[in-house]
Amino acid sequence: MAETAKPAPAAGGRAATKKELPERFKNHKHVWVFIEQERGHVHPVSWELMGAGRILADKLKVELAGVLLGAPGEDTMAAAQEAACYGADLVYTVSNPILADYRNEPYTKALTDLVETFKPEVLLLGATTLGRDLAGSVATTLATGLTADCTGLEIDADGSLAATRPTFGGSLLCTIYTLNFRPQMATVRPRVMPMPARVERPLGRLVEHPLAMVEEDVVTKVLKFIPDRDQNKSNLAYADVVVAGGLGLGSPENFQLVTQLASVLGAEYGCSRPLVQKGWQPADRQIGQTGKTIRPKLYIAAGISGAIQHRVGVEGADLIVAINTDKNAPIFDFAHIGVVADALHLLPPLTEAFRRRISAHIRDRIAS
Amino acid sequence: MHIVVCIKQVPDSAQIRVHPVTNTIMRQGVPTIINPYDLFAIEEALRLRDKHGGLVTILTMGPPMAEESLRKALTFGADRAVLLTDRFFAGSDTLATSFALATAVKKIGEVFEPVDIVFTGKQTIDGDTAQVGPGIAKRLRLEQLTYVAGVTGLDLAGRTIEVERRAEGGVQALKTSLPCLITMLEGTNEIRRGSMPDALRAARAEIVTWSAKDAGIEDVTRCGLRGSPTVVKRVFAPTPRSEKAKFVEVPKDAAKPGDKGALAEALVESIFAHHPSLEADITTLARGY
Ligand SMILES: Cc1cc2nc3c(=O)[nH]c(=O)nc-3n(C[C@H](O)[C@H](O)[C@H](O)COP(=O)(O)OP(=O)(O)OC[C@H]3O[C@@H](n4cnc5c(N)ncnc54)[C@H](O)[C@@H]3O)c2cc1C
Ligand SMILES: Nc1ncnc2c1ncn2[C@@H]1O[C@H](COP(=O)(O)O)[C@@H](O)[C@H]1O
Repeated sequence: MAETAKPAPAAGGRAATKKELPERFKNHKHVWVFIEQERGHVHPVSWELMGAGRILADKLKVELAGVLLGAPGEDTMAAAQEAACYGADLVYTVSNPILADYRNEPYTKALTDLVETFKPEVLLLGATTLGRDLAGSVATTLATGLTADCTGLEIDADGSLAATRPTFGGSLLCTIYTLNFRPQMATVRPRVMPMPARVERPLGRLVEHPLAMVEEDVVTKVLKFIPDRDQNKSNLAYADVVVAGGLGLGSPENFQLVTQLASVLGAEYGCSRPLVQKGWQPADRQIGQTGKTIRPKLYIAAGISGAIQHRVGVEGADLIVAINTDKNAPIFDFAHIGVVADALHLLPPLTEAFRRRISAHIRDRIAS
Repeated sequence: MHIVVCIKQVPDSAQIRVHPVTNTIMRQGVPTIINPYDLFAIEEALRLRDKHGGLVTILTMGPPMAEESLRKALTFGADRAVLLTDRFFAGSDTLATSFALATAVKKIGEVFEPVDIVFTGKQTIDGDTAQVGPGIAKRLRLEQLTYVAGVTGLDLAGRTIEVERRAEGGVQALKTSLPCLITMLEGTNEIRRGSMPDALRAARAEIVTWSAKDAGIEDVTRCGLRGSPTVVKRVFAPTPRSEKAKFVEVPKDAAKPGDKGALAEALVESIFAHHPSLEADITTLARGY
């Protein structure tokens, strides 16, 4: 991705003019999605990408492949099968014990080898810590372009990948091309692409590829893996209902009004950036451009002004409800339902009202 | 021990405005700062130096005015600063940037002392790509340690280093060999204030300034716009949503105007009216509690 978003004329540079694709790239074909699998768990962004990849592959009239790297065993096979259910026509696998834990060196080699052997034209990865670590190395090794942290992917009229990403904290969007190199690589933020429907389907083809590397070749060793404590760990990005608070709450103590509502709703809670900066909330609760992107069915924001950097993280929500004392707050420009009210006064009766409503609903269910 | 820290001077994006008509960033008058993420890299490097001895060299590629950020880094206590500046670098994407920086790091190792560790920030606030670090590592064949929360061990005699790295579902404790490249996670330390003598030294210090040629770059077509495989085709502002929020108010028949209980009821009503299937979903979710 270009260093900074240059104004439109930047496209006038030499690289911008579409030359004919160099001969050596002409046989690059098909769309690949890297399936991020760690400790037997596939990151959901992989399936989101499978959905996005399907659209690109159909437009290009090519195949959609999943790429799986990991230790030999059932997990990898199960993930390959799952990839088919999310739309992969075929799956490439490299199975080797040295791929059990993510390490840059063997993963870069495995993925680079696959690309050089089977030559895809588009390669997508999740913009996770793993995906960004790996994508940066693979793109540099292949000397091709990589657009980071995308929020939109399209195939333009002449078949190039147009990757759109926010820049300057979301104030602007820019669309980036890799015109004369292949593959065209992009990492995509989790939760930006909708999760495709899972359809039971047999696995089409499985192509196994060897890895010419042994443990002794890998310099970096994993001494230990300390899993995050499940307690208290936020699952914000994948929550169906999210309640968040901003500076308008006034003090860290008042934040419990947010957590109380969240707990009644069985929701996750989050916050705007200043609350993290002030140390009121831990960083993994931050929603927005430099925090989590969320895609819940319901998002309730209390005392949040709705700055563009916050907005880009919540726009995917089905229903956005904003509570703010200022009727001109920018959040009302993109919320679906607004309430001009003091959150400190409204949140407690709102929590009560939801509690009553839910109890009634449960009683109805039991009755029927 | 010799550590190189790569920093970038960036516009303070809290103060960035976008021109409403041309959709360009209005940089005039916007103050520049050291990329905030890079401060964690500087501090971690200084701590290692303070503990194990050695030198910290700060490196930046940018316009001549990027010298300011280097001087600032010297006030924190860094030992040397190198500015890589040349018109050939204009319009670099991450591949071209990492090429230029990697070549400069190599040169620094030749001209001064061999380099043991290269630090970068996690990402920049204007580019946001988190790619330049991995790009430098690959080009220099350095072991790559990204999203590092802290250096937990360093054995200079044995040439090994141990770090804690933030991975997706937890933390990896990694051990690798020097030389290596580390991209530092934010919030892991706090940049020091810097001492009075450092401030005085920084003001007078000579900044090593290199052109592409000085840095040992022979093929300038690998730099700048020409060396960049990615092309920014279009820059545009996000489209606003067409309609504004529907406002919920205290119902007219409420017992008293301003009744928050009635307002809350009305809001719940409005939410479920807007999205009917939510009621069942929330009941299912809420039953866990
Ligand atoms: C590079 C960059 C990245 C950023 N990334 C993010 C990000 O990821 N996420 C993020 O959130 N921000 C981010 N920001 C910050 C963002 O620009 C805003 O500053 C921030 O979102 C504002 O937080 P806020 O709405 O809580 O606070 P404010 O903007 O201070 O808004 C408080 C709101 O509360 C209202 N209010 C006051 N009292 C009450 C009350 N009693 N009841 C109800 N409402 C009340 C006020 O009317 C106001 O609208 C980023 C900024 C930069 C420069
Ligand atoms: N022009 C530059 N000069 C020096 N270091 C840079 C430059 N650009 C990026 N970096 C380093 O690379 C890191 C990642 O940048 P980016 O890939 O742009 O997100 C930054 O935190 C810096 O440490």
